[in-house]
Amino acid sequence: MRDRNPFWQLLLARMREFYRQPEVVFWVFGFPILLAVGLGIAFREKAQEVIAVGIVRGAGSAAAAAALSAKDSFTTKLIEAASAEDALRLGKVSIVVESGATLTLRFDPTRPESVLARAKVDDALQRAAGRADPLKVEEQLVTRPGARYIDFLIPGLLGMNIMSGGLWGIGFVIVEMRSRKLLKRLVATPMKRTHFMAASMASRMVLVIGELALLLFFGWLVFGMIVQGSWLLVTLLSLLGAFTFAGIGLLVASRAKKIETVSGLMNLVMLPMFVTSGVFFSSERFPEVVQPIVRALPLTALNDALRAVILEGADLTSQLTRIAILGAWGVVSFVLALKLFRWT
Amino acid sequence: MPPSAILVRDLKKTYDAKPPVEAVRGLDLEVQRGECFGLLGPNGAGKTTTVEILEGILTATSGTVEIFGKTWVSDEKALRESIGVSLQETKFADKLTVLETIRLFGSFYARGRPAAEVLAEVGLEEKAAALVSNLSGGQHQRLAVAVALVGDPELLFLDEPTTGLDPQSRRQLWDIIRSLRERGRTIVLTTHYMDEAERLCDRVAVVDHGKVIALGSPQELIRSLGGDHVVEFALRGVDKARDLAPFRALPSVRGARPEGEAIQLTVTEPHVTIPALLDHVRASGAELSQLSTRQASLEDVFVSLTGRHLRDA
Repeated sequence: MRDRNPFWQLLLARMREFYRQPEVVFWVFGFPILLAVGLGIAFREKAQEVIAVGIVRGAGSAAAAAALSAKDSFTTKLIEAASAEDALRLGKVSIVVESGATLTLRFDPTRPESVLARAKVDDALQRAAGRADPLKVEEQLVTRPGARYIDFLIPGLLGMNIMSGGLWGIGFVIVEMRSRKLLKRLVATPMKRTHFMAASMASRMVLVIGELALLLFFGWLVFGMIVQGSWLLVTLLSLLGAFTFAGIGLLVASRAKKIETVSGLMNLVMLPMFVTSGVFFSSERFPEVVQPIVRALPLTALNDALRAVILEGADLTSQLTRIAILGAWGVVSFVLALKLFRWT
Repeated sequence: MPPSAILVRDLKKTYDAKPPVEAVRGLDLEVQRGECFGLLGPNGAGKTTTVEILEGILTATSGTVEIFGKTWVSDEKALRESIGVSLQETKFADKLTVLETIRLFGSFYARGRPAAEVLAEVGLEEKAAALVSNLSGGQHQRLAVAVALVGDPELLFLDEPTTGLDPQSRRQLWDIIRSLRERGRTIVLTTHYMDEAERLCDRVAVVDHGKVIALGSPQELIRSLGGDHVVEFALRGVDKARDLAPFRALPSVRGARPEGEAIQLTVTEPHVTIPALLDHVRASGAELSQLSTRQASLEDVFVSLTGRHLRDA
């Protein structure tokens, strides 16, 4: 009887078209995993950050090198005064030390590792010169799952994937069908338009569940990441995100006749959110003045809510504002899209 | 008496553009049940616009359209169930198979036919499991016809079904269309191939600049030229700007017109005209460089009506 069910047949067609295109499967499932692996390795926790120090050859340089080399946290390099500037500029060393009557420390205050190097080098050399610390310090080292970059990253990748999946999987696919005159052919049949829209939406829901399961399972398997909050809530948030970005995808695709047009529009929609909505780094980094705008973006709401639930174990009631923002984007886009949509 | 399959009165369609494009400018049509009706005309004549209005895909600027006595405004749902459509240049989803595509479209109809039955009707059984992307142009076109048939339509629209196909694929499609007609389906076919219209259609409307300029069976239209035959000849050493009057005066000639370097005569009896033509040429001191005769075609009808050829109009 499923042969005769138009919704089922439309959904089946969408799913078949998806899994029969390996390149599309890769972008949806493989790419986020590769990103997580790549960034996870690049930003992995090092036991201790090793600081590259350039020491200008001259009087006292050997003593300075010896004092720093005694500690694990430095690698030292003797360089000529002429090349010191370049070594610092190109990032080969984080700081340049020139010992003399006064100790000269050259560093770049805009680079975090350079600032850290200044403090550590100063500290090490002062102690080697015999400084005594008036306060006694006891260090407690804390690194646990939930506070690492990868923990921050994976919910962001999930949000990003839900966004691009919605825009590509709905927007691009529909414009392609329009350019092939397939939409026109469909409206020449008794097909119910709501069936078509519902099947497109359902195909995204199915894929989002897959994306969610894959990313979180991968995070747990490789990085030992754990979901602090409710799985159900994470799933519901993802489905809401899928709905919202499918609506935005539909809106973007409502009139465009050419693939080129819709690709441009999709980038216009996605790029600002890639940058500002806290996929790879926290959206808190943007100035306070633009925060209201950043927080009103659907991807920011989705990412922040996902992080709150996955990393902090937040419950539903604490996320209602974000859910409202996300849902509003979806509903408004959907209503607008249905008004503007052209089948021919 | 049941209403006609299609009744069109003073149909007009103007596209918003700068300047506005008048694609259809007052077109009248009546298609009877069970006939194969051809819309013949050059590219840009307004055939596709007309057909898409009949199919309820486009809305007319003005005029009335009735399909089986119903209108798209009041009876869209019933009409959708009763027509089948093959659009010009639809590309079905590459990654679905032939069978899946037909089944998908079949699911939209209240009384959709089994996919296998429709496949057999267009001779695509062997390709049932093939992806659409692996079909040839002719096979894709036959799939389009199969998809048009899957709802068991009373009325079938085929827009340029053979455009761009090789001769063998065209003949296969002609066979399919003929067998559909024999089974009593009403078919509206648009084409800019005159031979296609001659072979398949019971009646033809010749369309040019958004209007019907001639209507009738292919035989009637050809007969309207005055003669069934065309004699074409060229003369050596004669100025191009020549007088056609002496040729019109030859026995059994019904019309004369220049055709490139040559002259075409429409004649009723070539065996009477040709000896007289030879005598005339000899007497005028000219020399024939070419002489041929053939059956008159719809192409000649179009040329005599518009002064242009279908292919370059």
